[in-house]
Amino acid sequence: MAVLAGHPTGEPMPENPLTAGLERLPVAPTTLVIFGATGDLARRKLLPALYNLAHEGALPERFHLVGVSRKEKENEDYREECEQAIRRFSRRPPDEDVLGSLLENVKYVPGTFDEDSVYSELRQALDDFERQDGAPLNRAFYLSTAPAFFPVIVEQLGKSELAQHENGEVRVIIEKPFGTTLGEARELNRHVLAIFDETQIFRIDHYLGKETVQNMMAFRFANGMFEPLWNRNYIDSVQITAAEDLGIGSRADYYDSSGALRDLIQNHMLQLLCHVAMEPPVSFTAEEVRNEKVKVLQAIPQPTEAEIPEMAVHAQYGPGHAGGDDVPGYLEEEGVPESSNTETYAALRLEVDNWRWAGVPFYLRTGKRLARKITEIAVTLKPVPHLAFSQDGSLGVQPNQLVLTLQPNEGVSLRLGAKIPGTRMIIRPVNMEFQYGTAFLSQSPEAYERLITDAMRGDATLFTRNDEVESQWRICDPIVKYWAHTNPRQHGPLPSYEAGSQGPKEADGLLRDGDRWRAI
Amino acid sequence: MSATPEARSDAVWSAQGTTPDAIEAALRQLLIEVHSEHDNYVPARVLNMIAFVDREWTGEIANRLRGVGRYHASRLVVLAYEPRRERLDARVMITSEGETEPGELALLHETVVVELGDRHLDDLLTIADPLVVTDLPTLLWAPHGHHEIAAELLALSQAVLVDSVEEPIAHEALDRACSLASQAYVVDLAWLRTTPWRERVAASFDPPSLRRELQTITSATVRHHPASTVAAMLLSGWLASRLQWRASPLVAHGDALVGRAHGSRQDVSLRLEAAPELLVPGLESLTLETASGRTLRLARGRGGLHAHSRDARGQEHEWTIPGASRGERGVLGEGIRQALLRDPTYVPALKAARAMVA
Repeated sequence: MAVLAGHPTGEPMPENPLTAGLERLPVAPTTLVIFGATGDLARRKLLPALYNLAHEGALPERFHLVGVSRKEKENEDYREECEQAIRRFSRRPPDEDVLGSLLENVKYVPGTFDEDSVYSELRQALDDFERQDGAPLNRAFYLSTAPAFFPVIVEQLGKSELAQHENGEVRVIIEKPFGTTLGEARELNRHVLAIFDETQIFRIDHYLGKETVQNMMAFRFANGMFEPLWNRNYIDSVQITAAEDLGIGSRADYYDSSGALRDLIQNHMLQLLCHVAMEPPVSFTAEEVRNEKVKVLQAIPQPTEAEIPEMAVHAQYGPGHAGGDDVPGYLEEEGVPESSNTETYAALRLEVDNWRWAGVPFYLRTGKRLARKITEIAVTLKPVPHLAFSQDGSLGVQPNQLVLTLQPNEGVSLRLGAKIPGTRMIIRPVNMEFQYGTAFLSQSPEAYERLITDAMRGDATLFTRNDEVESQWRICDPIVKYWAHTNPRQHGPLPSYEAGSQGPKEADGLLRDGDRWRAI
Repeated sequence: MSATPEARSDAVWSAQGTTPDAIEAALRQLLIEVHSEHDNYVPARVLNMIAFVDREWTGEIANRLRGVGRYHASRLVVLAYEPRRERLDARVMITSEGETEPGELALLHETVVVELGDRHLDDLLTIADPLVVTDLPTLLWAPHGHHEIAAELLALSQAVLVDSVEEPIAHEALDRACSLASQAYVVDLAWLRTTPWRERVAASFDPPSLRRELQTITSATVRHHPASTVAAMLLSGWLASRLQWRASPLVAHGDALVGRAHGSRQDVSLRLEAAPELLVPGLESLTLETASGRTLRLARGRGGLHAHSRDARGQEHEWTIPGASRGERGVLGEGIRQALLRDPTYVPALKAARAMVA
């Protein structure tokens, strides 16, 4: 029997020969504790994800759920709330028996997150489950609360000795935002790392749980044809777009204090950039993958105040038209302060100063109320060095462009030049398209299903490491500060763009000569 | 025969006394027409499936395939066999899964039904070949037997779908699966019915403190639907192959098959027992005992598998492992999906199961 090294007891751990060939690997018996158990994220995402895992038989063999939240209620009431949330938000109609069996033993601990009594009651619940099962259970604490509570909860978990477990693993899953500035991110890391070891911490960026993002790794590292071209010698520019056609909806409170840069660029879009620019990892272990991503972030120079106006644009949507209707501007949205200076659009031009990418601009843009919803990465190759064909009468020979679309239609498109049928040699661009949806039978699981399972299994590949978060903030923090202190009287008002449009014209100022934003 | 239940956009072509070339041309033309009507309709390009069926049972096959949902093959070629048929008739249907949202794609599935008779069997390969999409993997399914005829089509197929529990005699089912496995990748629905059981046994013994006990299993009892003996054998075969037991042939003992396997440390007592109370095909329960006196019993139940364990000190625990039943349609859908994967543990389990049959 083969033996694996590294079992926490120091004793060599024998392999489990029964796992070979299984699509779903075992997850150790776990109690999941959700802090913020009655909140929006728990109701809309976490509980439905847990139900779907249960439906597919993908939860740990022994699984328990504890909800912790401020509101006073009984276990039974909380179970009912869970049931309603699952019925409403699950991606599949629930099977009554599975639902019953999932929720049968759910417990609820009421109280504010700084109360000692909450943690003693929680400990009691965790111990009860272990007694009932007659076996030690891993513990996963999911912090689905406002960020202000993260340090409080972590500190209390440490104080009440819940951060370690003699007979099992303890993990803490932390939702975004992980800080709103570099200083806050560092402070939060300091707090969390004072109680938990980095290997116990799972910082969620749910983009990483999307199949589409994981597919980028397969696209780059499972296909030999792209790697020889994937560098400054052949690639002219990279453009990453995450556009929304919707406004802020009912999220004014959150959005107005966040803005487009913090909401999407600091985390999700920099992750996409890392996936495009990273070197092939030695192996697909959490540490190797994250090491390569951090190297990319570290190769992006921190913007100076003088550079920011040249490399970053922010703007706010004004009234316009979307989906055939008139829609209000950002300042007219419910809950948005009249004088808000929060950007609903942000665009950056970044450079990755390393051997592979020096001189290649990476354009990032995101915004609300743009022409349509799309997330894509466009890689434009350099033009051919010499063109033997006349361009008269044609749309012209354009450089090859490889577009990876993440949503709504996940796919890959390659723009090529082709001859227009006829007697003359006239070239026009054509697209060679591949859609993932046409090539796979399976439905993609929700990102949270994958991430919760990985966290319970202790696989941190799709989670953000402390140095990764800080490196992201190192790039974004000076821009956030610069924009916050920009005096409208000195620099003019925040640029605006019409709702339903392509974004502000000021964004064109970021582009190198000859570069263009792709149509949204 | 239309195998997609909620089709919104249907394009149909049919002809009597036709040829494979004409059918293939009609398919191409229909695809062009559908795509030009709505450019968001795009053909799925995942998997070809060839079903060789008795013509009189094509309706039953259509019903079974309706239940597989999104696991429908992108091109289904039904060869509907009627021995005395002289003429080659064909129908082509292109269906989409539903209305499209602006900017979103709608996948098209293609179904080709070719009615043929004995006189066409010599040319079976040349009839089917033009109808499958080149470069896509092809799954062959012959649910009504006709193994010798269907064997001709193995040349076109990378995977073959079987259900070993449908063969009345266990050793013939296992022999046939072994023989097919040497020619193509075999997806056996009987094996797929054991998947939740295999996952749960693997999980139950996954905690480090229990992994060593895998080598000390002293008995394995599988209760099964009376018609699912092969599924029980495959599950036992899986345990034997993964845990390196050498199994001897089982012998009948009342309603059960009993025997022994030789493990590295001790012998293992094996018992496969019919469970007449079980109304659906598949397994009813699995009980494993170890040398320390630990017992684990997993049993089919509402909302998932019910587990009962007793440790060496005699302490007992019961719990439910949630999981929804896939039903027979779900199992068939899973079979189609598995044609695109490769499970390296099936053939060793199959061979170990074969060794249990005299």
